[in-house]
Amino acid sequence: MSDVLLVGIDCSACSERALQYAAEWAESAKLQLIVAHVIQWSPFSFNTAKENEERHKRREAELDRAHGEIVDPVVSRLRERGIPARGAIRHGHPAETLCEVAEEFGATNIIVGKTGASKIRAQLFGSVAHALVQISKQPVTVVP
Amino acid sequence: MTRMSPRSIGVGSRLALAIASLVAAAPAAAEQGVDQRINDAIRPVADAVSGFIFSSVSVSGVAVPFVLLWLLLAAILFTFYFKFINFRAFRHAFQLVRGDYSDPLAAGEVTHFQALSTALSGTVGLGNIAGVAVAVSLGGPGATFWMILAGLLGMSSKFVECTLGVKYRNEYTDGTVSGGPMYYLSKGLAERSERLRSLGRVLAAMFAVFCIGGSFGGGNMFQANQSFKQVVAVTGGDASWLADKGWLYGLVIAILVGLVIIGGIQGIARVTSKLVPFMAALYVGAGLIIIGMHLPDIPSAFGAIFSGAFTGEGIAGGTVGVLIQGFKRAAFSNEAGIGSAAIAHSAVRTNRPVTEGLVSLYEPFVDTVVICTVTALVIVVTGTWDPSVDPSQGVALTSSAFESTISWFPWVLTLAVVLFAFSTMISWSYYGLKAWTYLFGESMVTDAVYKLLFLFFVVVGSSMQLGSVIDFSDAMIFAMAFPNVLGIYFLLPVVRKELDEYWADYKAGRLRKFGKAARRA
Repeated sequence: MSDVLLVGIDCSACSERALQYAAEWAESAKLQLIVAHVIQWSPFSFNTAKENEERHKRREAELDRAHGEIVDPVVSRLRERGIPARGAIRHGHPAETLCEVAEEFGATNIIVGKTGASKIRAQLFGSVAHALVQISKQPVTVVP
Repeated sequence: MTRMSPRSIGVGSRLALAIASLVAAAPAAAEQGVDQRINDAIRPVADAVSGFIFSSVSVSGVAVPFVLLWLLLAAILFTFYFKFINFRAFRHAFQLVRGDYSDPLAAGEVTHFQALSTALSGTVGLGNIAGVAVAVSLGGPGATFWMILAGLLGMSSKFVECTLGVKYRNEYTDGTVSGGPMYYLSKGLAERSERLRSLGRVLAAMFAVFCIGGSFGGGNMFQANQSFKQVVAVTGGDASWLADKGWLYGLVIAILVGLVIIGGIQGIARVTSKLVPFMAALYVGAGLIIIGMHLPDIPSAFGAIFSGAFTGEGIAGGTVGVLIQGFKRAAFSNEAGIGSAAIAHSAVRTNRPVTEGLVSLYEPFVDTVVICTVTALVIVVTGTWDPSVDPSQGVALTSSAFESTISWFPWVLTLAVVLFAFSTMISWSYYGLKAWTYLFGESMVTDAVYKLLFLFFVVVGSSMQLGSVIDFSDAMIFAMAFPNVLGIYFLLPVVRKELDEYWADYKAGRLRKFGKAARRA
């Protein structure tokens, strides 16, 4: 069996509980932890010419921000605790992309938080946790 | 990238004030009929320009505009030179659009789909609605046949220019990209041979000048004019409160466009860019429903289309006359060979320029073979086309064709027309600005001058009569084809080499598929 866990985070503060849960699990079971962040993006969106022209620049800026403000601080905090952690940042559909990252790193479990959206909102707009449970090939742990 | 000195801001704001006061002064003179005055002032210039661009040659006794032969010849040559790339790459191009060959590590960059849809939103405009109605009323149902043929051949022209657009684009250190005929004409020809360097520069400059003209004409005035006509028509025609207030409509649209291109309110542009595909689908859907409701008339409609295409009965100029109408409106609508869309396609992220060329095959296909044909069929099956109808009533004719079956549809059509017009204006303001900065360099002042001129022409366009607007718009847009196609002839071997290498890789299975496509394979 592989020894990798994957935790998906939105931002370091709002995914705190999922992150704590994953960290404790990884620490006690001596597992590697992948900290994944997905920047929402679709290859089939309709853009203006101006947006397209600046897309590459904007993408770099998005990646820089995701590294500097979200993933890197979390990874270094985990490493200080002695947990072998790595970051992964991707563009795409949140749930689908988390599954792909899990496959890429051979993760055996995906841990995510939930937004705490009301039942109606979740019904209307769906939630990442919900979609993930449906499509993931690995077990998914949703931390309330 | 923008260089700016305190002095240039002063000049810019002064200029802005000057033009703003010019536009603001317009309503003050309204008692005299601003529309009429603007029309009288611009008309002689517009007529002179279009007279020159549309110099005719005689084909079997019928005067044919030379530029049409120029575009048609190019499209046929490209189709043969690239061995019917417009048909043989159709399936592969779809796989490219679907993302089968897109590396997930490049997620977040501009995809083929995005580049194509952006280019399409500039192409799908009033040409598809008003232009086709003009073609069918002047050329009869047979014009539809030639229009479709022109669309299919135009795919090859589009393939060449979009491949070149990506190959010779400029990539700046800050990560932004700029491409289009200006760049492939100047860089491409210089690369071919030292002797072609100055020719390339001249062609690029010519293209840029015409492109700016086109952005004021077909990409702006024509759209403003025709969308205004439709708004007047649904709000009561001549009795409408708006009937003699073209300048007011123009001012409102100019403010909205200004918010996007000067105010940088991308939100409006983004909303439009999402609504336009939806409206296009709605338009085609409604068209298909109407065609379906006239099922018994379809065989006779196709009969009229085929027989009309070759007999040209009752049409000025006979068969050649029909052919001209079909080709002209197809070329105006899908802009293949004109070079405009190459600017939009250049933003794609790929290291194989040919891929974007292949994807661009879908542009004339969707625009002309699908959307224009739906318009033409609706007009033909509902029997609303009438050779005696005033050809300046482009949109009105299409509108009444839809109305004859779905009574409330003109309202939806009006919304579609205004949205198409608006998105085409936004796209063309971008094309024009690219050409403008190619000529005058990039600075706050030059940008502002162009944008204010563009807004000024929105007001002018909605105030003018269709006749002169349509002639001038046609003239400027078609003029772009001269430098563009001439330069492309020199660059054909470059495209051929790129295509042959790529196609060999594709056929040998050396291109990597990703994701679901890889698992399917």
